[in-house]
Parts: sequence; structure tokens; C-alpha cells
Amino acid sequence: MSTLLERLKKNIHFEEGMNSCMNCGVCTAICPAAEFYDYDPRRLVDAVQRENEESIRELLRSEQIWYCGECMSCKTRCPRGNTPGLVVMALRQLSQEEGCFTESEKGRQQYALKRVIAHNILERGYCITPDLVKPEMHPEQGPVWEWVYAHMDELYERMHANLKQAGPGVLRQIDDDSMQELHRIFEVTGGMEYMERIEQCSVKKAEELGTTPEEYFISVYTENNGRHGN
Amino acid sequence: MELTGKERIWQEYQKEIAGDNYFYARSCIRQTFFPGSEWAYLDILRNKLDKRVTEDPKHTTCTGIGYHTDVVPAETTMTVVARHFALMTEAGCENITPSCITSFGLYTEILDTWEHHPEIEEKIREFLWKATKREFKKPANLAHTSDIIYKFRNEIAALAPHRLRDVHTGRPLRGVDHIGCHYAKMFPAKGIGGAEFPAVLSGLIQAWGGESVDYPERRHCCGFGFRNYLVMANRGFSVANSKKKFESMQAYEPDFIVANCPGCAMFLDKWQYTLSEMEGVTYGQHGFGIPVFTYEELTALVLGYDPWEIGLQMHQVAVEPFLDKIGIAYDPEAKYLNSRGESMGRPACPTYMKVIK
Ligand code: SF4
Ligand code: SF4
Ligand code: SF4
Repeated sequence: MSTLLERLKKNIHFEEGMNSCMNCGVCTAICPAAEFYDYDPRRLVDAVQRENEESIRELLRSEQIWYCGECMSCKTRCPRGNTPGLVVMALRQLSQEEGCFTESEKGRQQYALKRVIAHNILERGYCITPDLVKPEMHPEQGPVWEWVYAHMDELYERMHANLKQAGPGVLRQIDDDSMQELHRIFEVTGGMEYMERIEQCSVKKAEELGTTPEEYFISVYTENNGRHGN
Repeated sequence: MELTGKERIWQEYQKEIAGDNYFYARSCIRQTFFPGSEWAYLDILRNKLDKRVTEDPKHTTCTGIGYHTDVVPAETTMTVVARHFALMTEAGCENITPSCITSFGLYTEILDTWEHHPEIEEKIREFLWKATKREFKKPANLAHTSDIIYKFRNEIAALAPHRLRDVHTGRPLRGVDHIGCHYAKMFPAKGIGGAEFPAVLSGLIQAWGGESVDYPERRHCCGFGFRNYLVMANRGFSVANSKKKFESMQAYEPDFIVANCPGCAMFLDKWQYTLSEMEGVTYGQHGFGIPVFTYEELTALVLGYDPWEIGLQMHQVAVEPFLDKIGIAYDPEAKYLNSRGESMGRPACPTYMKVIK
């Protein structure tokens, strides 16, 4: 069994994102996550650079690796050509493979993301469709969206869309053959297995906490302990 | 001709954009929030600029949102994108143009990875064959849909009945651009103007008679941050970043915002409402918000399309003050009618932010 470090080094994101860090902090200065969270990409890259197994494992269990928004603003600025955002992607993958993500509040949210996004992709062939943006889950969308939602069929027809119908155009129903191809791609490439792992670790965590997966889903989607800000 | 000085430097910030025969890849986010934009885009390219654009209904999500929320691994995403390339190849096209900035960034990243790692490309070809029995050629040209509008901005100006000017005073309208992080931050050479000198949208504003506003937080992220919006508990991150941008641009009194990425356009529109409800603040003139447009909407407006035909009734921030300035006639009654001319009712009014009832 290879060490965490060896596995990180094999990750393509890690390889592309990590050269050597001189700790200048330029990435932190431009990072939108560092501005509002107790988060510092410089510290994170430095911690990985030290190549200490224990501190890497600690990172995988920490909140630290879940704040980044993957905007990749850091890539434009690092004088050493690092991309902390890519290093984060590699750490997140490892954290999920190792089942460490359920040890932090922000990490546990992967269950909500997996349930929502995987459902959309594998059931609809879209990341998002209008009926999935339910006003009660999205109060920030405001009254116009509520109106759009209430008159969805008529309104998208007015917008020349082909909502849930066969054939080409906006928001068409993806045909069965294409959906099967998409599923097979997920199977062949390990995407299904990857998501299954997130599911299993989360269900196990829910059991440990004495809640049902449904309750667990709602809590990881909505709870914020208020200790993430800087 | 030998280019010197600034012209030579500027050359590095230009990119190749194919002139015709595009394979169009739709965006889940744009179709959901700005369905009229995709319709308008195709109508403009095909019927105003006389270009050949092909699409294939078998095209699916690129899984980009899954990839950037870390629930879909890289090999899976790459293979889904390889299938898109296969559909393009089968359609006899070699120029691909995605409507989504997330897809554009992803396609760019994947092609770059394959360039450095031919063994990964090989593996993905095997995955695709195993899963779908499809093969593909890599695109000869990859351009975001807005790059194509940029390329033809002067042709569009020549066709346009409207200019970005206040018809009452002649003042050029002030436009704020937002090109979106994944357009050029990852691969600056692939975006017009790179990450430093965003030109893809400000070039449109200027070509159509407006004035582009440079403001301190112009390059700051809109705040989507994938998991930071998609999980309800994290949305404070998202709204805080947008707020930072609004506060920074407000001093320049912009007449409108134009966005490259459908996600950004949606956030910059909706968060103005949220912030008005949270804090009672509005960022536009006279208690309104700052109208936000997709670049397709802006193009369609100068070209004289009906505002309700292209979906401006789906915006939370009122667009009418902008339409009045630029002198676009519209029927206020038609705003909330369906295709058969029947009323669909009206949205409720926000508490603080003014809208046109
Ligand atoms: S990619 Fe992540 S670490 Fe980099 S600037 Fe964006 S939020 Fe910060
Ligand atoms: S900008 Fe680059 S070199 Fe500087 S601290 Fe960040 S990763 Fe290290
Ligand atoms: S600005 Fe926002 S929506 Fe646009 S690319 Fe960046 S994070 Fe994504």
C-alpha cells in the first residue's frame, strides 16, 4: 500500500498544481476564500510541501481543504507556477478515497453535493434543470424565479425552449441511448465507484451519529457551526 | 507588417477564433436561467451573420459542476468531454464552441493535459471506445461563444439599429464586464485579453458605442465557488464576494453589467435582490438594481430583438430603465404573457429593490 504522499504525487492535479512553494502568500492575497474564511492557501501548500504523512492525514480530516471555491484565481498569480486550487482538488480526492471527509463539517457536505449533482447528471443528463431549483431551497433567487417556477412550461415555451421534449433545443429531454452512454462512461471510468464511496462513508457516518441518511442529508446541507470565518 | 510597442504586446493577448462552421455545445446553467440567450445566439449567428452552426441533441452535460464540486473524478469528466468531441467529429465539424464558461475552461484544461500527457489522452480514448464505441478528433479550434461575438463585433455594429448610448443626452452608457474566472484565469493565453486585460466583453461595449468601466474588483470572482453556492450552508461566501464587487463598482455608476458566464450573470442579478432584502441596499440608480445581461442579450438588444422574446422578464433586476435609456421600444403588457397571449400573472415585488410593476 503506497503512502498518502505517493498517491498525491500520482494525482494529475497535484502534478500540474505543485512545484515548489516559497511561501510568499501571493495566492492568499488574491484568494476569495481566504478573504471570508479562516483559510490560507499558502499554509496549505506549505503543509503539503513538508511531506509529512501525519500532517497530510490531518489535512484530509480537516475543514481546511473544503473552503476553496476552485476559481483558480491563484493560478494567475503564483510566482512559482503553483496552483493551490489544484492541490486542493487532489487533497479532496484523497480525503474521499480515504473516507476522511466525514470528519469535518465542510467535508461532510460532499454527501449533499453527491446526492444532488449525481442525481441531476445521471437521471437527467444535465447538471441542473429549472425544476431542480426549488424556490423553497433557494430563497435567494427571489420572486421572479418563484414566478418562473410556477409558470415553467408556458414560460420556457415562450423562450423557444424544448423543455423535456424529444429533439434538439434548449432543455430537451436527453434520449435514452445517450443516457445509457453517459452511465456506461461513469461505470467504465470509475465515476460510479467514486460516488458510491462517498455514499457509503456518509451512510456509515449517519449511523454513527444515530440519524437516518435523509436527516443527515438535510443537516449537512444546512448546518453551519459559525466557526469558519476569519 | 512588423508590429511594435503596444501593438506587439497586445498581439499576445489575441487568440485564433474560427470564422465559420461551429459545433455548438449548450450550457445546463444557461439553458436553465437564460433559455432565451441560447435561442438568440443561434438566431444571430445563423440569420444575421450567416454562419453555419451545428448542434446535436445527443450532447449532454459536461459534468463540469460535478468535477468542480469534487464528486466526479477527472477520468470520468474527460471521457464525457471526449464524447462531445466525438459528436463534433461525427457532425463533420472541427470548431467547437461551448456556451458555458465552466465547459470552456474544462475543455481548455483537458486539451492542455492531453498535450502534456499523451498517455492520458490514450487512456481516455480507450475508455470512450469501451463505453460508447465512439472515436474522436480533437477540435482544431476551441472558442467560447462570446469569442465569436467579439470576432464579429464590428459586423454586428454595422447591422445594429441601437447604440449603447443614452438617447436623451448622447452619453455613452457605462458597462461593467465580468468575464468569469474560468474564462482566462487558468489559461490566460486562451482568453481575449488574458486574465489581466479582459477585452472579450469590453470590446463589445466599445464597438457598440458604450464606455467600459474599469473598477478595482473587476477581476474578482462573482462568488459562485461551486460548493460554496450549491450547499445552502455555504452561501454566505457567495453573497459576500458579489457584495464586494457591487460596492466596488457602485462608485462608477454603471448603467449595466454584462457577463460571460451564465452562472455569474445569474448571481450578479439575484444577489442584488438578496442583498437588498438582507441589508436594504440597492446598487443602481433611484432605488433600482444594476441591470445584468448575458452577452447574448446585450448583442440581441443592440440588434433590435424584442426584450421579452429573449427572456429579459426572467431577470430579477428591472431592465426597463436600461431599455428607456438606449431607446428600445417595448410593450410593458407583453412582458408577462405566454405564447398564446394569455397572462401568466406577475411576480411579487421585493421589499426594497424597485422594479417596474
Ligand atoms: S482556487 Fe481556491 S485557493 Fe485558489 S484562489 Fe480560488 S478559492 Fe483560493
Ligand atoms: S503564491 Fe505560490 S509560491 Fe507564493 S505562497 Fe502561494 S503557492 Fe507558494
Ligand atoms: S466568476 Fe463565478 S460562475 Fe463565473 S467562472 Fe468564476 S466562479 Fe464560476
